[in-house]
Amino acid sequence: MNHAVLSDALFSFDVARVRRDFPVLERLVHGKPLAYLDNGASAQRPSAVIEAVDDYERRHHANIHRGVHTLSQEATALYEDARDRVVRFINAASRHEVIFVRGTTEAINLVAQSWGRPLLEPGDEILITFLEHHANIVPWQILCEQTGAVLKVAPMDERGEVHVRSVEALMTPRTRLLACAHVSNALGTVLPVRELVAAAKSRGIVTLIDGAQAVPHMPVDVRDIGCDFYAFSGHKLFAPTGIGVLYGREALLERMPPWQGGGDMILKVSFEGTTYNSLPYKFEAGTPNISGAIGLGAAIEYLLGQDLAGARRHEHALLEHATRVLSRIPDLKIIGTARNKASLVSFVVGSVHPHDLGTILDEDGIAVRTGHHCAMPVMDFFKVPATARASFAFYNTFEEIDRLAAAIERARTMFA
Amino acid sequence: MELNDLYRDVILDHNRRPRNFGPLEPADAAVEGFNPLCGDRLTLRLRLDGDRIGEIRFEGQGCAISTASASLMTEAVKGKTRAEALEVFDHVHRLLTEDAADAEGLGKLAALSGVREYPARVKCASLCWHTLATALRRPDHALATVSTE
Repeated sequence: MNHAVLSDALFSFDVARVRRDFPVLERLVHGKPLAYLDNGASAQRPSAVIEAVDDYERRHHANIHRGVHTLSQEATALYEDARDRVVRFINAASRHEVIFVRGTTEAINLVAQSWGRPLLEPGDEILITFLEHHANIVPWQILCEQTGAVLKVAPMDERGEVHVRSVEALMTPRTRLLACAHVSNALGTVLPVRELVAAAKSRGIVTLIDGAQAVPHMPVDVRDIGCDFYAFSGHKLFAPTGIGVLYGREALLERMPPWQGGGDMILKVSFEGTTYNSLPYKFEAGTPNISGAIGLGAAIEYLLGQDLAGARRHEHALLEHATRVLSRIPDLKIIGTARNKASLVSFVVGSVHPHDLGTILDEDGIAVRTGHHCAMPVMDFFKVPATARASFAFYNTFEEIDRLAAAIERARTMFA
Repeated sequence: MELNDLYRDVILDHNRRPRNFGPLEPADAAVEGFNPLCGDRLTLRLRLDGDRIGEIRFEGQGCAISTASASLMTEAVKGKTRAEALEVFDHVHRLLTEDAADAEGLGKLAALSGVREYPARVKCASLCWHTLATALRRPDHALATVSTE
Protein backbone atom coordinates (compact mmCIF):
# COMPACT_ATOMS: atom_id res chain seq x y z
CA MET A 1 0.00 0.00 0.00
CA ASN A 2 1.26 3.47 -0.70
CA HIS A 3 1.49 6.07 2.02
CA ALA A 4 -1.02 8.39 0.45
CA VAL A 5 -3.75 5.81 0.93
CA LEU A 6 -2.63 5.06 4.48
CA SER A 7 -2.60 8.68 5.59
CA ASP A 8 -5.87 9.32 3.83
CA ALA A 9 -7.43 6.48 5.83
CA LEU A 10 -5.89 7.69 9.05
CA PHE A 11 -6.93 11.29 8.72
CA SER A 12 -10.39 10.80 7.32
CA PHE A 13 -11.60 8.21 9.79
CA ASP A 14 -11.58 8.85 13.53
CA VAL A 15 -10.96 5.42 15.05
CA ALA A 16 -10.57 6.77 18.58
CA ARG A 17 -14.01 8.31 18.46
CA VAL A 18 -15.61 5.14 17.08
CA ARG A 19 -13.91 3.04 19.77
CA ARG A 20 -15.62 5.09 22.46
CA ASP A 21 -18.96 3.87 21.08
CA PHE A 22 -18.07 0.26 21.99
CA PRO A 23 -17.85 -0.17 25.78
CA VAL A 24 -16.21 -3.60 25.67
CA LEU A 25 -13.15 -2.18 23.92
CA GLU A 26 -12.14 -0.57 27.23
CA ARG A 27 -11.80 -4.00 28.83
CA LEU A 28 -8.62 -5.60 30.01
CA VAL A 29 -8.06 -9.31 29.36
CA HIS A 30 -5.36 -10.94 31.49
CA GLY A 31 -4.31 -7.43 32.44
CA LYS A 32 -3.81 -6.31 28.82
CA PRO A 33 -6.08 -4.09 26.73
CA LEU A 34 -8.47 -6.25 24.73
CA ALA A 35 -7.54 -6.49 21.06
CA TYR A 36 -10.71 -7.92 19.61
CA LEU A 37 -9.80 -9.47 16.25
CA ASP A 38 -12.60 -12.03 16.09
CA ASN A 39 -15.24 -9.91 14.40
CA GLY A 40 -15.85 -12.55 11.74
CA ALA A 41 -17.21 -14.82 14.46
CA SER A 42 -19.22 -12.10 16.15
CA ALA A 43 -18.80 -8.34 16.28
CA GLN A 44 -19.13 -6.21 19.42
CA ARG A 45 -22.09 -3.93 20.17
CA PRO A 46 -22.05 -0.15 20.32
CA SER A 47 -23.78 1.64 23.21
CA ALA A 48 -26.55 2.66 20.82
CA VAL A 49 -27.55 -1.01 20.42
CA ILE A 50 -27.16 -1.87 24.10
CA GLU A 51 -29.27 1.14 25.07
CA ALA A 52 -31.99 0.47 22.50
CA VAL A 53 -32.39 -3.10 23.78
CA ASP A 54 -32.25 -1.89 27.39
CA ASP A 55 -34.91 0.76 26.76
CA TYR A 56 -37.18 -1.78 25.13
CA GLU A 57 -36.75 -4.26 27.99
CA ARG A 58 -37.33 -1.62 30.65
CA ARG A 59 -40.18 0.35 29.11
CA HIS A 60 -41.86 -1.18 26.07
CA HIS A 61 -41.88 -4.96 26.27
CA ALA A 62 -45.06 -6.80 25.38
CA ASN A 63 -45.99 -9.32 22.73
CA ILE A 64 -46.35 -7.91 19.25
CA HIS A 65 -49.21 -8.00 16.72
CA ARG A 66 -51.59 -9.10 19.46
CA GLY A 67 -52.67 -6.58 22.04
CA VAL A 68 -54.62 -3.37 21.77
CA HIS A 69 -52.88 -2.08 24.86
CA THR A 70 -50.19 0.58 24.76
CA LEU A 71 -47.15 -1.58 25.39
CA SER A 72 -48.09 -4.10 22.71
CA GLN A 73 -48.55 -1.28 20.23
CA GLU A 74 -45.22 0.26 21.17
CA ALA A 75 -43.40 -3.07 20.92
CA THR A 76 -45.05 -3.74 17.55
CA ALA A 77 -44.05 -0.30 16.26
CA LEU A 78 -40.43 -0.77 17.38
CA TYR A 79 -40.23 -4.24 15.83
CA GLU A 80 -41.74 -3.16 12.54
CA ASP A 81 -39.61 -0.02 12.47
CA ALA A 82 -36.56 -2.29 12.68
CA ARG A 83 -37.86 -4.17 9.65
CA ASP A 84 -38.20 -0.92 7.72
CA ARG A 85 -34.60 -0.06 8.56
CA VAL A 86 -33.47 -3.43 7.16
CA VAL A 87 -35.53 -2.78 4.02
CA ARG A 88 -33.68 0.49 3.45
CA PHE A 89 -30.28 -0.92 4.48
CA ILE A 90 -30.31 -3.65 1.82
CA ASN A 91 -32.61 -1.81 -0.62
CA ALA A 92 -35.34 -4.45 -0.63
CA ALA A 93 -38.38 -3.54 -2.75
CA SER A 94 -40.80 -3.76 0.16
CA ARG A 95 -41.21 -4.84 3.77
CA HIS A 96 -42.88 -8.02 2.48
CA GLU A 97 -39.43 -9.17 1.45
CA VAL A 98 -37.68 -8.96 4.83
CA ILE A 99 -38.25 -11.89 7.15
CA PHE A 100 -36.78 -11.94 10.62
CA VAL A 101 -35.12 -15.25 11.50
CA ARG A 102 -32.60 -16.40 14.11
CA GLY A 103 -29.63 -15.92 11.83
CA THR A 104 -28.08 -16.84 8.51
CA THR A 105 -28.27 -20.55 9.29
CA GLU A 106 -32.00 -20.44 9.88
CA ALA A 107 -32.54 -18.31 6.79
CA ILE A 108 -30.81 -20.87 4.57
CA ASN A 109 -32.66 -23.77 6.17
CA LEU A 110 -35.93 -21.93 5.61
CA VAL A 111 -35.22 -21.61 1.90
CA ALA A 112 -34.11 -25.24 1.66
CA GLN A 113 -37.25 -26.54 3.31
CA SER A 114 -39.87 -24.09 2.09
CA TRP A 115 -38.65 -23.32 -1.41
CA GLY A 116 -36.63 -26.44 -2.16
CA ARG A 117 -38.41 -29.38 -0.61
CA PRO A 118 -41.75 -29.10 -2.40
CA LEU A 119 -40.13 -28.22 -5.71
CA LEU A 120 -37.04 -30.32 -6.28
CA GLU A 121 -37.15 -33.66 -8.00
CA PRO A 122 -34.68 -36.52 -8.18
CA GLY A 123 -31.79 -35.53 -10.43
CA ASP A 124 -32.27 -31.79 -9.97
CA GLU A 125 -29.04 -30.01 -9.10
CA ILE A 126 -28.06 -27.56 -6.38
CA LEU A 127 -24.86 -25.69 -7.10
CA ILE A 128 -22.64 -24.31 -4.35
CA THR A 129 -18.96 -23.35 -4.26
CA PHE A 130 -15.97 -24.91 -2.56
CA LEU A 131 -15.51 -22.17 0.02
CA GLU A 132 -18.93 -22.31 1.66
CA HIS A 133 -19.53 -22.25 5.39
CA HIS A 134 -21.12 -25.46 6.70
CA ALA A 135 -24.38 -23.48 7.02
CA ASN A 136 -24.47 -23.21 3.23
CA ILE A 137 -23.56 -26.87 2.68
CA VAL A 138 -25.44 -29.01 5.18
CA PRO A 139 -28.99 -27.64 4.61
CA TRP A 140 -28.57 -28.53 0.92
CA GLN A 141 -27.25 -31.99 1.74
CA ILE A 142 -30.33 -32.55 3.89
CA LEU A 143 -32.52 -31.28 1.05
CA CYS A 144 -30.76 -33.64 -1.38
CA GLU A 145 -31.46 -36.58 0.93
CA GLN A 146 -35.11 -35.57 1.11
CA THR A 147 -35.69 -35.01 -2.59
CA GLY A 148 -33.10 -37.00 -4.49
CA ALA A 149 -31.52 -33.81 -5.79
CA VAL A 150 -27.75 -33.71 -6.35
CA LEU A 151 -25.25 -31.30 -4.81
CA LYS A 152 -22.62 -29.89 -7.19
CA VAL A 153 -19.59 -27.97 -5.96
CA ALA A 154 -17.85 -25.33 -8.07
CA PRO A 155 -14.08 -25.22 -7.56
CA MET A 156 -11.86 -22.46 -6.23
CA ASP A 157 -8.26 -21.79 -7.14
CA GLU A 158 -5.17 -21.81 -4.93
CA ARG A 159 -5.73 -18.13 -4.01
CA GLY A 160 -9.17 -19.02 -2.73
CA GLU A 161 -10.92 -17.30 -5.64
CA VAL A 162 -14.06 -18.57 -7.31
CA HIS A 163 -14.31 -17.73 -11.00
CA VAL A 164 -17.56 -17.09 -12.79
CA ARG A 165 -16.60 -19.32 -15.73
CA SER A 166 -15.94 -22.34 -13.49
CA VAL A 167 -19.29 -21.90 -11.79
CA GLU A 168 -21.01 -21.42 -15.14
CA ALA A 169 -19.37 -24.59 -16.40
CA LEU A 170 -21.35 -26.54 -13.82
CA MET A 171 -24.70 -24.98 -14.67
CA THR A 172 -26.88 -27.50 -16.51
CA PRO A 173 -30.53 -27.69 -17.52
CA ARG A 174 -31.09 -29.54 -14.22
CA THR A 175 -29.55 -26.80 -12.03
CA ARG A 176 -32.34 -25.33 -9.93
CA LEU A 177 -30.39 -23.28 -7.39
CA LEU A 178 -27.08 -21.48 -7.03
CA ALA A 179 -26.24 -20.88 -3.35
CA CYS A 180 -22.97 -19.13 -2.58
CA ALA A 181 -21.24 -16.90 -0.11
CA HIS A 182 -20.83 -13.19 -0.74
CA VAL A 183 -17.64 -13.24 1.35
CA SER A 184 -15.83 -16.37 2.52
CA ASN A 185 -15.60 -16.53 6.31
CA ALA A 186 -12.48 -18.71 6.28
CA LEU A 187 -10.53 -16.92 3.54
CA GLY A 188 -11.98 -13.44 3.15
CA THR A 189 -12.55 -13.87 -0.58
CA VAL A 190 -15.20 -11.55 -2.00
CA LEU A 191 -17.14 -13.46 -4.63
CA PRO A 192 -18.33 -11.79 -7.86
CA VAL A 193 -21.96 -12.26 -6.84
CA ARG A 194 -23.48 -9.88 -9.40
CA GLU A 195 -21.87 -11.78 -12.26
CA LEU A 196 -22.70 -15.16 -10.71
CA VAL A 197 -26.32 -14.16 -10.22
CA ALA A 198 -26.54 -12.82 -13.77
CA ALA A 199 -25.16 -16.08 -15.14
CA ALA A 200 -27.68 -18.06 -13.08
CA LYS A 201 -30.62 -15.82 -13.93
CA SER A 202 -30.01 -16.08 -17.66
CA ARG A 203 -30.50 -19.84 -17.26
CA GLY A 204 -33.54 -19.57 -15.01
CA ILE A 205 -31.61 -20.69 -11.92
CA VAL A 206 -32.77 -19.39 -8.54
CA THR A 207 -30.03 -17.74 -6.44
CA LEU A 208 -29.28 -17.49 -2.74
CA ILE A 209 -26.41 -15.41 -1.35
CA ASP A 210 -25.01 -16.07 2.13
CA GLY A 211 -24.17 -12.53 3.15
CA ALA A 212 -23.17 -13.17 6.77
CA GLN A 213 -19.60 -11.93 6.24
CA ALA A 214 -20.46 -9.26 3.68
CA VAL A 215 -22.97 -6.92 5.34
CA PRO A 216 -20.50 -5.68 8.00
CA HIS A 217 -17.91 -4.77 5.37
CA MET A 218 -19.59 -3.42 2.25
CA PRO A 219 -22.77 -1.81 1.00
CA VAL A 220 -25.23 -4.52 0.03
CA ASP A 221 -28.00 -3.72 -2.43
CA VAL A 222 -30.00 -6.87 -3.02
CA ARG A 223 -31.72 -5.51 -6.10
CA ASP A 224 -28.44 -4.46 -7.64
CA ILE A 225 -27.04 -7.95 -6.98
CA GLY A 226 -30.27 -9.30 -8.45
CA CYS A 227 -30.44 -12.39 -6.22
CA ASP A 228 -33.64 -14.15 -5.23
CA PHE A 229 -32.59 -14.71 -1.60
CA TYR A 230 -30.02 -13.02 0.62
CA ALA A 231 -29.28 -14.11 4.20
CA PHE A 232 -27.38 -12.46 7.03
CA SER A 233 -27.02 -12.43 10.82
CA GLY A 234 -27.42 -9.51 13.19
CA HIS A 235 -24.58 -10.36 15.54
CA LYS A 236 -21.89 -9.93 12.90
CA LEU A 237 -23.38 -6.52 12.18
CA PHE A 238 -22.94 -5.17 15.75
CA ALA A 239 -26.44 -6.33 16.80
CA PRO A 240 -27.45 -9.02 19.32
CA THR A 241 -27.29 -12.77 18.67
CA GLY A 242 -30.41 -14.70 17.75
CA ILE A 243 -31.67 -12.29 15.11
CA GLY A 244 -31.03 -12.38 11.39
CA VAL A 245 -32.67 -11.65 8.09
CA LEU A 246 -33.87 -13.59 5.12
CA TYR A 247 -34.47 -11.34 2.16
CA GLY A 248 -36.55 -12.99 -0.55
CA ARG A 249 -38.07 -11.69 -3.75
CA GLU A 250 -41.74 -11.23 -3.10
CA ALA A 251 -42.90 -13.26 -6.08
CA LEU A 252 -40.96 -16.27 -4.83
CA LEU A 253 -41.92 -15.89 -1.19
CA GLU A 254 -45.58 -15.67 -2.20
CA ARG A 255 -45.41 -19.07 -3.86
CA MET A 256 -43.60 -20.74 -0.96
CA PRO A 257 -45.53 -22.56 1.75
CA PRO A 258 -44.93 -21.59 5.39
CA TRP A 259 -41.94 -23.21 7.01
CA GLN A 260 -43.23 -23.44 10.55
CA GLY A 261 -46.80 -23.30 11.72
CA GLY A 262 -48.04 -21.46 14.78
CA GLY A 263 -49.20 -18.12 16.00
CA ASP A 264 -48.78 -14.92 14.00
CA MET A 265 -48.40 -16.76 10.67
CA ILE A 266 -52.14 -17.33 10.29
CA LEU A 267 -55.19 -15.31 9.31
CA LYS A 268 -57.84 -17.84 10.27
CA VAL A 269 -57.59 -21.24 11.92
CA SER A 270 -60.27 -23.87 12.21
CA PHE A 271 -59.91 -27.62 12.59
CA GLU A 272 -60.84 -27.96 8.92
CA GLY A 273 -58.04 -25.75 7.72
CA THR A 274 -56.00 -22.63 8.11
CA THR A 275 -55.57 -19.49 6.05
CA TYR A 276 -52.01 -18.24 6.18
CA ASN A 277 -51.05 -14.69 6.94
CA SER A 278 -49.53 -12.45 4.29
CA LEU A 279 -45.85 -11.69 3.87
CA PRO A 280 -43.64 -11.37 5.81
CA TYR A 281 -45.66 -12.81 8.72
CA LYS A 282 -46.32 -16.09 6.92
CA PHE A 283 -42.70 -17.01 7.77
CA GLU A 284 -42.61 -15.65 11.31
CA ALA A 285 -44.48 -18.23 13.35
CA GLY A 286 -44.52 -17.75 17.09
CA THR A 287 -43.33 -14.84 19.18
CA PRO A 288 -40.15 -13.62 17.51
CA ASN A 289 -36.93 -12.23 18.99
CA ILE A 290 -38.42 -8.76 19.47
CA SER A 291 -35.53 -7.23 21.41
CA GLY A 292 -33.03 -8.73 18.94
CA ALA A 293 -34.86 -7.14 16.00
CA ILE A 294 -34.91 -3.79 17.80
CA GLY A 295 -31.18 -4.19 18.47
CA LEU A 296 -30.60 -4.91 14.79
CA GLY A 297 -32.58 -1.82 13.83
CA ALA A 298 -30.46 0.23 16.24
CA ALA A 299 -27.24 -1.23 14.81
CA ILE A 300 -28.29 -0.27 11.29
CA GLU A 301 -29.20 3.25 12.40
CA TYR A 302 -25.84 3.51 14.19
CA LEU A 303 -23.96 2.35 11.10
CA LEU A 304 -25.80 4.70 8.76
CA GLY A 305 -24.81 7.55 11.08
CA GLN A 306 -21.11 6.72 10.65
CA ASP A 307 -18.71 7.70 7.93
CA LEU A 308 -19.08 4.35 6.21
CA ALA A 309 -16.86 5.20 3.26
CA GLY A 310 -14.14 6.20 5.72
CA ALA A 311 -14.77 3.03 7.75
CA ARG A 312 -14.30 0.90 4.65
CA ARG A 313 -11.09 2.65 3.71
CA HIS A 314 -9.86 2.12 7.25
CA GLU A 315 -10.76 -1.58 7.16
CA HIS A 316 -8.96 -1.94 3.88
CA ALA A 317 -5.89 -0.21 5.31
CA LEU A 318 -6.03 -2.63 8.27
CA LEU A 319 -6.09 -5.56 5.87
CA GLU A 320 -3.12 -4.20 3.93
CA HIS A 321 -1.20 -3.55 7.13
CA ALA A 322 -1.96 -7.00 8.58
CA THR A 323 -1.01 -8.69 5.33
CA ARG A 324 2.28 -6.81 5.29
CA VAL A 325 3.37 -7.33 8.91
CA LEU A 326 2.25 -10.96 9.06
CA SER A 327 3.98 -11.77 5.77
CA ARG A 328 7.26 -10.69 7.35
CA ILE A 329 7.07 -13.44 9.97
CA PRO A 330 9.18 -16.43 8.91
CA ASP A 331 7.18 -19.66 8.40
CA LEU A 332 3.86 -17.82 8.58
CA LYS A 333 1.65 -18.60 5.62
CA ILE A 334 -1.47 -16.64 4.77
CA ILE A 335 -4.30 -18.92 3.68
CA GLY A 336 -6.50 -17.16 1.16
CA THR A 337 -4.84 -14.58 -1.04
CA ALA A 338 -7.73 -13.52 -3.25
CA ARG A 339 -7.22 -10.19 -4.97
CA ASN A 340 -10.55 -8.95 -3.69
CA LYS A 341 -10.70 -9.66 0.03
CA ALA A 342 -12.75 -8.48 2.98
CA SER A 343 -10.88 -7.40 6.07
CA LEU A 344 -9.67 -10.70 7.50
CA VAL A 345 -6.48 -12.73 7.43
CA SER A 346 -6.41 -16.49 7.91
CA PHE A 347 -2.97 -17.95 8.52
CA VAL A 348 -0.89 -20.82 9.82
CA VAL A 349 2.48 -20.60 11.52
CA GLY A 350 4.72 -23.54 10.67
CA SER A 351 6.01 -24.33 14.13
CA VAL A 352 2.93 -23.40 16.15
CA HIS A 353 -0.43 -25.16 16.00
CA PRO A 354 -3.35 -22.69 15.72
CA HIS A 355 -4.79 -23.76 19.08
CA ASP A 356 -1.58 -23.17 20.93
CA LEU A 357 -1.33 -19.84 19.15
CA GLY A 358 -4.89 -18.95 20.21
CA THR A 359 -4.09 -19.64 23.86
CA ILE A 360 -0.85 -17.67 23.74
CA LEU A 361 -2.50 -14.69 22.01
CA ASP A 362 -5.31 -14.72 24.58
CA GLU A 363 -2.74 -14.37 27.32
CA ASP A 364 -1.81 -11.09 25.62
CA GLY A 365 -5.43 -9.94 25.46
CA ILE A 366 -5.69 -10.69 21.75
CA ALA A 367 -8.85 -12.50 20.59
CA VAL A 368 -8.62 -14.43 17.32
CA ARG A 369 -10.53 -17.41 16.04
CA THR A 370 -8.68 -20.69 15.70
CA GLY A 371 -10.01 -23.87 14.18
CA HIS A 372 -11.68 -24.98 10.97
CA HIS A 373 -14.08 -21.99 10.86
CA CYS A 374 -17.01 -24.29 10.00
CA ALA A 375 -15.41 -24.72 6.60
CA MET A 376 -13.75 -28.13 6.74
CA PRO A 377 -13.61 -28.55 2.93
CA VAL A 378 -11.58 -25.31 2.75
CA MET A 379 -9.14 -26.64 5.36
CA ASP A 380 -8.81 -29.90 3.39
CA PHE A 381 -8.19 -27.94 0.19
CA PHE A 382 -5.25 -26.08 1.73
CA LYS A 383 -4.13 -29.25 3.56
CA VAL A 384 -4.22 -27.65 6.99
CA PRO A 385 -6.16 -28.99 9.99
CA ALA A 386 -7.04 -25.50 11.16
CA THR A 387 -5.98 -21.87 10.83
CA ALA A 388 -5.84 -18.81 13.03
CA ARG A 389 -7.98 -15.98 11.75
CA ALA A 390 -7.77 -12.30 12.58
CA SER A 391 -10.91 -10.56 11.35
CA PHE A 392 -11.24 -6.81 11.62
CA ALA A 393 -13.95 -4.25 12.18
CA PHE A 394 -13.68 -0.50 11.67
CA TYR A 395 -12.89 -0.06 15.39
CA ASN A 396 -9.63 -2.03 15.15
CA THR A 397 -6.28 -0.27 15.01
CA PHE A 398 -2.89 -0.66 13.39
CA GLU A 399 -1.40 -0.96 16.86
CA GLU A 400 -3.57 -4.00 17.62
CA ILE A 401 -2.23 -5.66 14.48
CA ASP A 402 1.33 -4.88 15.56
CA ARG A 403 0.58 -6.47 18.94
CA LEU A 404 -0.74 -9.54 17.11
CA ALA A 405 2.47 -9.83 15.10
CA ALA A 406 4.64 -9.42 18.21
CA ALA A 407 2.67 -12.11 20.08
CA ILE A 408 3.02 -14.51 17.14
CA GLU A 409 6.78 -13.94 17.27
CA ARG A 410 6.79 -14.78 20.99
CA ALA A 411 4.86 -17.98 20.29
CA ARG A 412 7.39 -18.94 17.64
CA THR A 413 10.23 -18.46 20.12
CA MET A 414 8.42 -20.61 22.66
CA PHE A 415 7.96 -23.50 20.26
CA ALA A 416 11.27 -23.18 18.46
CA MET B 1 -2.71 -18.52 35.27
CA GLU B 2 0.74 -18.64 33.82
CA LEU B 3 1.46 -19.69 30.28
CA ASN B 4 4.61 -21.46 31.44
CA ASP B 5 2.48 -23.63 33.68
CA LEU B 6 0.55 -24.87 30.63
CA TYR B 7 3.51 -25.13 28.29
CA ARG B 8 6.01 -26.74 30.67
CA ASP B 9 9.35 -27.87 29.32
CA VAL B 10 8.24 -31.50 29.30
CA ILE B 11 5.24 -30.58 27.14
CA LEU B 12 7.32 -28.50 24.73
CA ASP B 13 9.89 -31.27 24.47
CA HIS B 14 7.34 -34.02 23.75
CA ASN B 15 5.63 -31.77 21.20
CA ARG B 16 8.93 -31.14 19.46
CA ARG B 17 10.03 -34.78 19.54
CA PRO B 18 7.00 -37.00 20.06
CA ARG B 19 7.93 -40.49 21.33
CA ASN B 20 6.42 -43.65 19.84
CA PHE B 21 5.20 -41.65 16.86
CA GLY B 22 4.40 -43.45 13.64
CA PRO B 23 2.64 -46.56 12.31
CA LEU B 24 2.55 -49.98 13.95
CA GLU B 25 2.01 -53.08 11.83
CA PRO B 26 0.52 -55.46 12.68
CA ALA B 27 -1.59 -54.11 15.52
CA ASP B 28 -4.15 -55.78 17.75
CA ALA B 29 -6.15 -52.59 18.07
CA ALA B 30 -6.30 -49.42 16.07
CA VAL B 31 -8.55 -46.62 17.23
CA GLU B 32 -8.95 -43.18 15.75
CA GLY B 33 -9.61 -40.23 18.03
CA PHE B 34 -11.17 -37.10 16.63
CA ASN B 35 -11.97 -33.74 18.17
CA PRO B 36 -14.52 -32.20 15.82
CA LEU B 37 -14.26 -28.87 17.59
CA CYS B 38 -10.69 -28.26 16.49
CA GLY B 39 -10.01 -30.94 13.91
CA ASP B 40 -7.36 -32.72 15.98
CA ARG B 41 -7.08 -36.29 14.82
CA LEU B 42 -4.90 -39.15 16.00
CA THR B 43 -4.68 -42.86 15.40
CA LEU B 44 -3.52 -45.05 18.23
CA ARG B 45 -2.30 -48.57 17.55
CA LEU B 46 -1.27 -51.13 20.09
CA ARG B 47 -0.01 -54.70 20.25
CA LEU B 48 -0.94 -56.83 23.21
CA ASP B 49 1.48 -59.24 24.80
CA GLY B 50 -1.00 -61.39 26.67
CA ASP B 51 -2.80 -58.85 28.80
CA ARG B 52 0.06 -56.36 28.64
CA ILE B 53 0.57 -53.50 26.21
CA GLY B 54 3.62 -54.78 24.36
CA GLU B 55 3.85 -51.96 21.84
CA ILE B 56 1.94 -48.71 21.45
CA ARG B 57 2.36 -46.01 18.81
CA PHE B 58 0.37 -43.04 17.59
CA GLU B 59 0.21 -40.76 14.59
CA GLY B 60 -1.88 -37.83 13.51
CA GLN B 61 -1.99 -34.09 13.89
CA GLY B 62 -2.79 -31.91 16.81
CA CYS B 63 -1.72 -29.01 18.94
CA ALA B 64 1.21 -29.14 21.36
CA ILE B 65 -0.99 -30.19 24.28
CA SER B 66 -2.60 -32.99 22.30
CA THR B 67 0.69 -34.24 20.80
CA ALA B 68 2.61 -34.09 24.08
CA SER B 69 -0.19 -35.79 25.97
CA ALA B 70 -0.23 -38.67 23.48
CA SER B 71 3.55 -38.97 23.53
CA LEU B 72 3.69 -38.99 27.33
CA MET B 73 0.84 -41.48 27.43
CA THR B 74 2.54 -44.03 25.20
CA GLU B 75 5.63 -43.93 27.42
CA ALA B 76 3.57 -44.24 30.57
CA VAL B 77 1.41 -47.22 29.61
CA LYS B 78 3.82 -49.35 27.60
CA GLY B 79 4.35 -52.61 29.50
CA LYS B 80 1.31 -52.11 31.70
CA THR B 81 -1.63 -54.53 31.89
CA ARG B 82 -4.93 -53.32 30.54
CA ALA B 83 -6.30 -52.82 34.04
CA GLU B 84 -3.21 -50.88 35.11
CA ALA B 85 -3.39 -48.66 32.03
CA LEU B 86 -7.07 -47.93 32.66
CA GLU B 87 -6.15 -46.89 36.20
CA VAL B 88 -3.67 -44.41 34.77
CA PHE B 89 -6.43 -43.18 32.43
CA ASP B 90 -8.73 -42.59 35.42
CA HIS B 91 -6.03 -40.76 37.30
CA VAL B 92 -5.13 -38.50 34.37
CA HIS B 93 -8.80 -37.83 33.72
CA ARG B 94 -9.20 -36.67 37.33
CA LEU B 95 -6.06 -34.58 37.04
CA LEU B 96 -7.47 -32.80 33.99
CA THR B 97 -10.93 -32.16 35.34
CA GLU B 98 -10.96 -32.08 39.15
CA ASP B 99 -9.48 -29.25 41.16
CA ALA B 100 -8.68 -31.49 44.11
CA ALA B 101 -6.84 -34.15 42.11
CA ASP B 102 -3.11 -34.52 42.70
CA ALA B 103 -0.42 -35.83 40.41
CA GLU B 104 1.21 -38.10 42.97
CA GLY B 105 2.55 -41.23 41.32
CA LEU B 106 1.99 -40.01 37.78
CA GLY B 107 5.64 -39.26 37.05
CA LYS B 108 6.15 -37.17 33.92
CA LEU B 109 2.38 -37.10 33.31
CA ALA B 110 2.20 -34.57 36.14
CA ALA B 111 3.22 -32.04 33.49
CA LEU B 112 -0.40 -32.16 32.28
CA SER B 113 -1.71 -30.67 35.53
CA GLY B 114 -1.43 -27.11 34.15
CA VAL B 115 -4.09 -27.88 31.51
CA ARG B 116 -6.91 -27.85 34.07
CA GLU B 117 -6.65 -24.06 34.33
CA TYR B 118 -7.42 -23.77 30.62
CA PRO B 119 -10.89 -25.32 30.21
CA ALA B 120 -10.86 -24.77 26.46
CA ARG B 121 -7.78 -27.00 26.22
CA VAL B 122 -8.80 -29.97 28.40
CA LYS B 123 -10.16 -31.85 25.40
CA CYS B 124 -6.83 -31.43 23.63
CA ALA B 125 -5.09 -33.29 26.44
CA SER B 126 -7.78 -35.91 26.98
CA LEU B 127 -8.35 -36.95 23.36
CA CYS B 128 -5.59 -39.58 23.28
CA TRP B 129 -6.61 -40.96 26.66
CA HIS B 130 -10.20 -41.54 25.58
CA THR B 131 -8.83 -43.17 22.47
CA LEU B 132 -6.65 -45.47 24.60
CA ALA B 133 -9.55 -46.38 26.88
CA THR B 134 -11.62 -47.36 23.85
CA ALA B 135 -8.78 -49.47 22.47
CA LEU B 136 -8.29 -51.27 25.80
CA ARG B 137 -11.93 -51.90 26.46
CA ARG B 138 -12.58 -53.45 23.10
CA PRO B 139 -9.36 -54.39 21.37
CA ASP B 140 -11.34 -56.79 19.15
CA HIS B 141 -12.76 -53.88 17.20
CA ALA B 142 -10.30 -53.38 14.44
CA LEU B 143 -11.02 -49.73 13.70
CA ALA B 144 -13.25 -47.67 15.89
CA THR B 145 -13.51 -43.90 16.06
CA VAL B 146 -13.97 -41.99 19.28
CA SER B 147 -14.99 -38.41 19.42
CA THR B 148 -14.62 -35.90 22.22
CA GLU B 149 -18.09 -34.54 21.57
